[in-house]
Amino acid sequence: MAAVGDVLPELQITADPTFVVSTALATRDFQDVHHDRDKAVQRGSKDIFVNILTDTGLVQRFVTDWAGPSVVLRSIALKLGVPWYAYDTLTLTGIVSRVQDGEVTVDVRGTDSLGDHITATVRLV
Amino acid sequence: MSESIAEAAERIAAAGDSAPKPGRDPVNQPMINNWVEAIGDTNPIYVDAAAAEAAGHPGVVAPPAMAQVWTMGGLHRTRAADDPLGQIMEILDEAGFTSIVATNCEQTYHRYLQLGEEVTLTARLGDVVGPKKTGLGIGWFVTVHNTWYVGEEAVAEMLFRVLKFAPVAKVVPAEQIRPVASQETEFFWEGTKVGELRIQRVQDGSLRHPPIPAIWQDKNKPIDYCVSVGTGSVFSYVVHHAPKVPGRTLPFVVALVELDEGVRMLGELRGVDPAEVAVGLPVQVEFVRIDDDLTLPAWKVVK
Repeated sequence: MAAVGDVLPELQITADPTFVVSTALATRDFQDVHHDRDKAVQRGSKDIFVNILTDTGLVQRFVTDWAGPSVVLRSIALKLGVPWYAYDTLTLTGIVSRVQDGEVTVDVRGTDSLGDHITATVRLV
Repeated sequence: MSESIAEAAERIAAAGDSAPKPGRDPVNQPMINNWVEAIGDTNPIYVDAAAAEAAGHPGVVAPPAMAQVWTMGGLHRTRAADDPLGQIMEILDEAGFTSIVATNCEQTYHRYLQLGEEVTLTARLGDVVGPKKTGLGIGWFVTVHNTWYVGEEAVAEMLFRVLKFAPVAKVVPAEQIRPVASQETEFFWEGTKVGELRIQRVQDGSLRHPPIPAIWQDKNKPIDYCVSVGTGSVFSYVVHHAPKVPGRTLPFVVALVELDEGVRMLGELRGVDPAEVAVGLPVQVEFVRIDDDLTLPAWKVVK
């Protein structure tokens, strides 16, 4: 059983363009800013960037990598910060912030070279 | 606008849940496989029935974070007329809040989905708060609540919040005030493009600026000019504080410069504290490229 203060093993992911595009398409997100660099730049971005559905998926993976396959996720709440552009590396860190009635709350942060990309809270049983 | 943004938000929110929109496909293994492969998730309960059963599920389950994936609009998405997010976005676009950034995404999973289940989505508009001053510009925070159903059973929910904002104006070439090149002045603007400050030579051989119609010469022949060495001194100047000028940061200095060739020419005097500008200050030309069609001459102080 997890205890408050338990720290999750860090996860680092570099978003090369293949990662940005393959995750966007696997989440059925066809917005051009996730696969077409010229259009992303025209719209004021530095490059293509990772979509939100992928952020949620990575937070899920990060937590279940640590908690194991038998846990059940109840919620993932994300606050979004700076973008995560192609070629940048995201570092996910997490700490157990609450354990009550069998429910564990994990606070997750995902930072890249620009700052905080994800601030998330995950509840699981 | 006949209706304010707040009134429109109230009207759309009052309409409540949109009609249930079905996902394209039932929950299925190929889409799950693509997803876990791209995300790099090796949890076996999404691909292996025995592992899923060992974890207490009746069979393979979909990753909970895929909830939204089942009802995504796809490559050629069209929004339903009753889609609340689409409706409020259109109103905010028309009001000039044309840019969008997501700020929050909160998913709640009531249970995991199983292969073969058919998911539908309903959406309703929540709070629309604004106008707020943000780092990106003035905008409205729009919250939408999504609920996914299997039949009558709510299986997942999502609060999604976006900031819909009017981007802070940046200097863009399209906003620059552009000189109108006439037959008489075209040679001058062709010159700045190649880094030459061209001064018209008139009939008696003297130099003249601004150029005048060269009525003494064949109009099909190029206008006669000399290329200035580009140095001179401030003859007169103004410091412009107001009003705002597109493409310029206030205050800026406009100098009438007497070139060494004897003619006087206007331009912005850049890179100098307005308080340090004085008549007689030695300056030289510099060329400010705006885009392929326009390069403006300007002045800088000779160091």
